Amino acid sequence: MKSCLIVDDSKVIRMVAKKILSELEFATVEAEDGQQALDACKAEMPDAVLLDWNMPVMNGIDYLRELRKLPGGDKPVVVFCTTENDIEHIQEAIEAGANEYIMKPFDSEILQAKFAQVGLLD
Amino acid sequence: MKPDDFDYVAQMLKTRSGLVLTKDKSYLLESRLMPVARKRGFKGLEELVAQLRRRDESLAQDVTEAMTTNESFFFRDMKPFEQFRDVVLPNLLKARASKKSFRIWCAAASSGQEPYSLAIILKEAAAKMPGWRIDIVGTDISREVLQKARAGLYSQFEVQRGLPIQLMVKYFKKKEDQWEIDPSLRAMVQYKEWNLLSDLKALGTFDVIFCRNVLIYFDQATKGKVLENMSRQLTDDGVLYLGGAETVLGISDKFKPIPGQRGVYAVNKPGAPAGAPSLGTGS
Repeated sequence: MKSCLIVDDSKVIRMVAKKILSELEFATVEAEDGQQALDACKAEMPDAVLLDWNMPVMNGIDYLRELRKLPGGDKPVVVFCTTENDIEHIQEAIEAGANEYIMKPFDSEILQAKFAQVGLLD
Repeated sequence: MKPDDFDYVAQMLKTRSGLVLTKDKSYLLESRLMPVARKRGFKGLEELVAQLRRRDESLAQDVTEAMTTNESFFFRDMKPFEQFRDVVLPNLLKARASKKSFRIWCAAASSGQEPYSLAIILKEAAAKMPGWRIDIVGTDISREVLQKARAGLYSQFEVQRGLPIQLMVKYFKKKEDQWEIDPSLRAMVQYKEWNLLSDLKALGTFDVIFCRNVLIYFDQATKGKVLENMSRQLTDDGVLYLGGAETVLGISDKFKPIPGQRGVYAVNKPGAPAGAPSLGTGS
């Protein structure tokens, strides 16, 4: 079973994502901000990270840059999932090492398609 | 819906588009036609059918469109596009090296995602084909979806369905709350309103035909007829792509499956040797 870290300050979004990911047979771990996510990754690297951008304490892009510096931090497949939907943000995310990018609002079909594209679904 | 109203609409759809609507699909009829009824100010489907019976051509066209339009997404099912990119395209570049051109037909182009996905593949491979001329023709029975295809404007939901983010950033620009495809891709596809049950000759000959998730709506006889007509528009070494739930087996002997290539079919010429070349065969 693959693992996915869900990083979002909204409890509702985490719940929705968890439900979809459970159906795709992922074990999920949750974090409310970038710092919590970083701590979770230091404890155990997930296979995938579903990542919000705007969060208190540490935002998604800063977290991603820190993650990629960690030993083994190049392994997790990171999928941004944010309301930021302009080309500049998307490019910044790709340059920081994001593998895919979902623009909110999203549904299970989009999440599933994006996860399939980055090879997370068998 | 009253049974004779259902029969009337089902018969009309069969004649106009080949769509076979069985009784168990009456929910589909109701869910698709209610918006048409509302748009035209009818109180319900009974009024809509009454107006259809008065031979209202524009309403008949709207109803046909509403029933035959299907949601589409970029690189749908992925595999056929990978097969095209990795097997058929390299074969085409060899087999058509002297004339440097080939033609692709998307027989149910819908709102353009399939032809544009192929245009993206060709654009990504452009360095391998300098000076080549490639036609992509997209046809559909629905005028409304073709307008959308020509405009090349997609909602945020649509642009995320199947399109990898790198390709989206590369080939789409944000335009208010929609995403617009790059004009260079739009220029690669020519759209034509066409009914697959009508004469196909004027479309010309193609090297590759994509006809995915269309035959499922037809009855056996219509499937056979469409396949036979399409086989005449395909070069001898051409390939046909069908949807994952579709097959030619038991329906038409004009095509044969290509071993190991699911959903891809070669032309079956009577008397042709077993090893006759096909663009769909991997080396």
